[in-house]
Amino acid sequence: MSAEQATADKGFESASGNLGRRLATSLLSTGTIFLLLFVLLAWIAVLNPSFLEPGPFLAYLKRAAPLVMLAAGAYFVLVSGNFDLSVGSLVTVVVVVSARLIDGDPSKTWPVIALVLAIGAAVGLFNGVVSTILRVPSFITTLGTLLMLEGAVFLWSGGAPTGALAENYREIGRKGIEGFPVLDELPWSVLLLVVVGVAAALLMRSDFGRQLIATGDNDRAARLSGVRVDQVRILAFVLSGVLAAVAGILLGGFAGVSAQVGQGLEFDAITAAVLGGVVLGGGRGSVVAAMAGALTLEALFTWLNLQGISGALEDTVQGVIIIAAVAFAAYRLRGAR
Amino acid sequence: MKVADPTGSETPEGGGPVTRQPGRVAGWRVGVLASPAAPVFAALVAVFLIAWLVVELRGGTFLTVPNIVNMLQRSVALGIVSAGQTVVILLGSLDLSVAQLISLTSLIGSTTMDGSSANVVPAVGLVLAVGAGVGLANGLIITKLRVNAFIATLGMALILKGLIDNQWDGPAGRVPDSFESLGYTRFGVIPVSVFLLIAVVLAIYLMLRYTRFGYRIYAVGGDEDVSKLSGLRTHRTIIAAHVVCSLTAAITGLFLASRLGSGTPTVGPDGGYDLESIAAVVLGGTALMGGRGGVLGTLGGVFILAVLDNTFNQLEVNSFLKDVVRGVIIIAAVAVYARRQGVRP
Amino acid sequence: MTWRRFAGLFALLACALIIGACGTDDSDSDGASGDAATEQESTEKTESQTGEQSEFFVQEDYDKQLAQRSIEPEGDPSTPWTQAIEPEMVDTADYKAEQAGNWNVCFSNAANDNPWRQTGFKTMKEEVKLHDEIGKFTVLDAEAKDDKQISDIESMTSGNKCDALIVSPNTTATLTPAVEEACSTDIPVIVFDRGVETDCPVTFIHPIGGYAFGADAAEFLVENVDEGGKILALRILPGVDVLETRWSGAKGIFDEAGMNVVGVEFTDGDAAKTKSIVSDYIQREGTIDGVWMDAGATSVAAIEAFEDAGQEVPPITGEDQLDFLTKWQEDGLTAIAPVYSNFQWRTPIIAATQILKGEEVPKEWVLPQVPVTQDELGDWVDPEMPPLHYAKCGCEDMPNYPDAWK
Repeated sequence: MSAEQATADKGFESASGNLGRRLATSLLSTGTIFLLLFVLLAWIAVLNPSFLEPGPFLAYLKRAAPLVMLAAGAYFVLVSGNFDLSVGSLVTVVVVVSARLIDGDPSKTWPVIALVLAIGAAVGLFNGVVSTILRVPSFITTLGTLLMLEGAVFLWSGGAPTGALAENYREIGRKGIEGFPVLDELPWSVLLLVVVGVAAALLMRSDFGRQLIATGDNDRAARLSGVRVDQVRILAFVLSGVLAAVAGILLGGFAGVSAQVGQGLEFDAITAAVLGGVVLGGGRGSVVAAMAGALTLEALFTWLNLQGISGALEDTVQGVIIIAAVAFAAYRLRGAR
Repeated sequence: MKVADPTGSETPEGGGPVTRQPGRVAGWRVGVLASPAAPVFAALVAVFLIAWLVVELRGGTFLTVPNIVNMLQRSVALGIVSAGQTVVILLGSLDLSVAQLISLTSLIGSTTMDGSSANVVPAVGLVLAVGAGVGLANGLIITKLRVNAFIATLGMALILKGLIDNQWDGPAGRVPDSFESLGYTRFGVIPVSVFLLIAVVLAIYLMLRYTRFGYRIYAVGGDEDVSKLSGLRTHRTIIAAHVVCSLTAAITGLFLASRLGSGTPTVGPDGGYDLESIAAVVLGGTALMGGRGGVLGTLGGVFILAVLDNTFNQLEVNSFLKDVVRGVIIIAAVAVYARRQGVRP
Repeated sequence: MTWRRFAGLFALLACALIIGACGTDDSDSDGASGDAATEQESTEKTESQTGEQSEFFVQEDYDKQLAQRSIEPEGDPSTPWTQAIEPEMVDTADYKAEQAGNWNVCFSNAANDNPWRQTGFKTMKEEVKLHDEIGKFTVLDAEAKDDKQISDIESMTSGNKCDALIVSPNTTATLTPAVEEACSTDIPVIVFDRGVETDCPVTFIHPIGGYAFGADAAEFLVENVDEGGKILALRILPGVDVLETRWSGAKGIFDEAGMNVVGVEFTDGDAAKTKSIVSDYIQREGTIDGVWMDAGATSVAAIEAFEDAGQEVPPITGEDQLDFLTKWQEDGLTAIAPVYSNFQWRTPIIAATQILKGEEVPKEWVLPQVPVTQDELGDWVDPEMPPLHYAKCGCEDMPNYPDAWK
């Protein structure tokens, strides 16, 4: 199957195969999501012509940015064969902690940002170690972490978010580089998106990336081939945690302080990644496709909104699409049966 | 073949004779023998004693009839749905749609009953049919469309949520007094609902232990490919298991409707029945990978959670601290099981 | 064998068909959740763009509440939490406690999960300290779960030796059986905030109500928005009676004045979602000339949506949460803040002590509900207090103010 071929090509036997064929097969496997994204965006533009103007389009990107980060993080964990259910509450933690520590004082912003990124990494490390060395299924580990984070952060802040985010902190999620030609303003979040996207794609091309995919594909074989399966998985969790922290910074900036900011995000992230082509259980897909999946999900919500579909049915549509996407991926993987 | 490895030397579930079915495949017997129900109940007793001590020291009352009854009452809803979730997890699958299904069935039940006793029977029938239908859909999507259970049931949960939110805004329907008694009356001191819980758990226990279906569940959970090669109709088993799980969710929905007097869209997610039931099952010793464990262990897990909840209530512990402790306990318990089960990741 | 291959697909299609069948009921059902499609249809069916009336709507209550706003409450205006509007007193001699003190007052709290409730709960705890006769204050938090609250109430009436029981119900209909059971014991039951569908409690304490809240906000917009101006209504969620009545109150005013309500949306009380919705509407409609909100928690997010779009903030309604009041003052907005009198959290404790002393209390204790308007804004903004604090907490005169609320 083309997905398998693509990863195999990028994997251990990379010598043969001409560039053109490799490009074509990788495009085919991950291309579907880009096609879907393109179609949706075009449709939205038809419904609302102002959508393609720089202002509204960048607003859409700003809104989608946190989810894109989360999808990338989810990708790393999913592809190595695990789940991370704690990212939503990690986002909440980041926002609440930032607000309380900064308390409106701009000079505190950067130290606090460093701190929350460290928290994200630490949580990821915990998740990783418990899921690998202690052999607790990652579903359970991250479920436990979800509960612990939610409880701990509100215990610490006395039950409700207090304090406030400083203006320069919020700029990251809300504003950007002013005076940009054509676009008026290039949002920081969009810049971050591009940077993370490129970095992630490069990472996947490295040894680590190949090892990650091999681990998810068949961890016994990987272990026998000398891959340090545990380390690779732990690193995936750390990445997920850090990216969740980044998403939290973006969301806190965009929307402000709120206690429910992270609720349900873990499922959205997994949905986005799956939509982009990662098959649950690990081993397939590409990080850029996962990020495109997030953009597609956000575009889908915008499209639903413009179609006037009642808010309630949005959930139903999301459910049907998730199932359809994974079914489609499974169908292609196993060949027609 | 994993199934053939005997592990542990615990007493079998219920402590009764296990060897009286000769000719059955070793896998089934081992699956039951490996059920760590005994340690779970030992843990339950330990937790109970510690809770008693702590509460009494703080001046509360723990070992009183009203309090114990309160804990039992709190266990019923989670217990019923966790019993169903056990069956599905034994297969190596899971069901994230139970919370929304509970809300849906509570709403359908109470709107059909509409305050009149005459409608109770048709309402129950309709609700069970809906439950079975959802379970069937889950099972089909997982087996025929080959969608991972996590995604399939997550998608189903979203579909149900949308349907619920679209049709209903808040509490709807009215449960007649005769049905409400399910939630409130007692035989002596024991609430009637506890008997419902016992009946469901017993039914599932007997099904898992003494029927061919139960045997197939352990076998498929142990190793699906091998079971398939052995000629077992794995797809049917999976679908049937999901139907059982959804039926228990439907029963829970009806029970909660009797407690609340009407169905509401929030009763399922409020109780966190999706993640909590999985936690209870895993706490009870059933492995997420499937193939070993049992419903008695799950019951132990449910009781442990109920004791913890009650203790925290008595101590007026901040509900946030409760979440932290819950998270730690779930991870710790599973880590302990994982150690004892050896190599399996 | 083919049917097997397609069985899964059939299941999915069946789901889709059922969705479709149920989905098409949308246009007929309770139009509280508006959207472009139903708006079109309802403009043809009814003259109003605000959709159909809520099923919680009771005309009598609507009229009564709107009138109560102008009735002078009895009692001392400097302590509004002790005032009552047109009270009918009830005798409580039967409930007089045997001991003169060392009472155990029990409280079943629906939840502590939003800043309004958190501020109120802190106020309530401080109020308890003002009454020496209360020896113990037992609180159970139901975490916004109906089933848990029912259990909590059961355990308080059977296990704990409570001298009085205060209940803030999570949901009106579903908590009614539990409250009725509690009434059947000899413990006096006090209900406040949301109500239940029985009048068995000794007293039911609440501010004027949702209709008045919604109407206050709507009337403000009618005064400040030109005819034909586009109004966006933002609601937290459907099906909660205190919120439904707010919308009904506003809807009545909007319909009467023939305002152009372009959308009625649900925000789930989430800041990010609020912002997205407002941005979408700004995009869709070009401009929005007025924003009606049923609560204040996400009003700042709505304001920011306008700022981000580079537009002036139109007349907007919020609540007495400090971050809204502060932004209102700083940015010179045109706004009003209706209140759901946070000081109502003091009254149940006062009522409990009165009942246990055998003194009369109003059967329905209706507290005053006075919005914060532009003229009074300066009195209520306080930079020292946290942004999520509620200005009308009625707590400034209490001994531990302001530290206990920080």
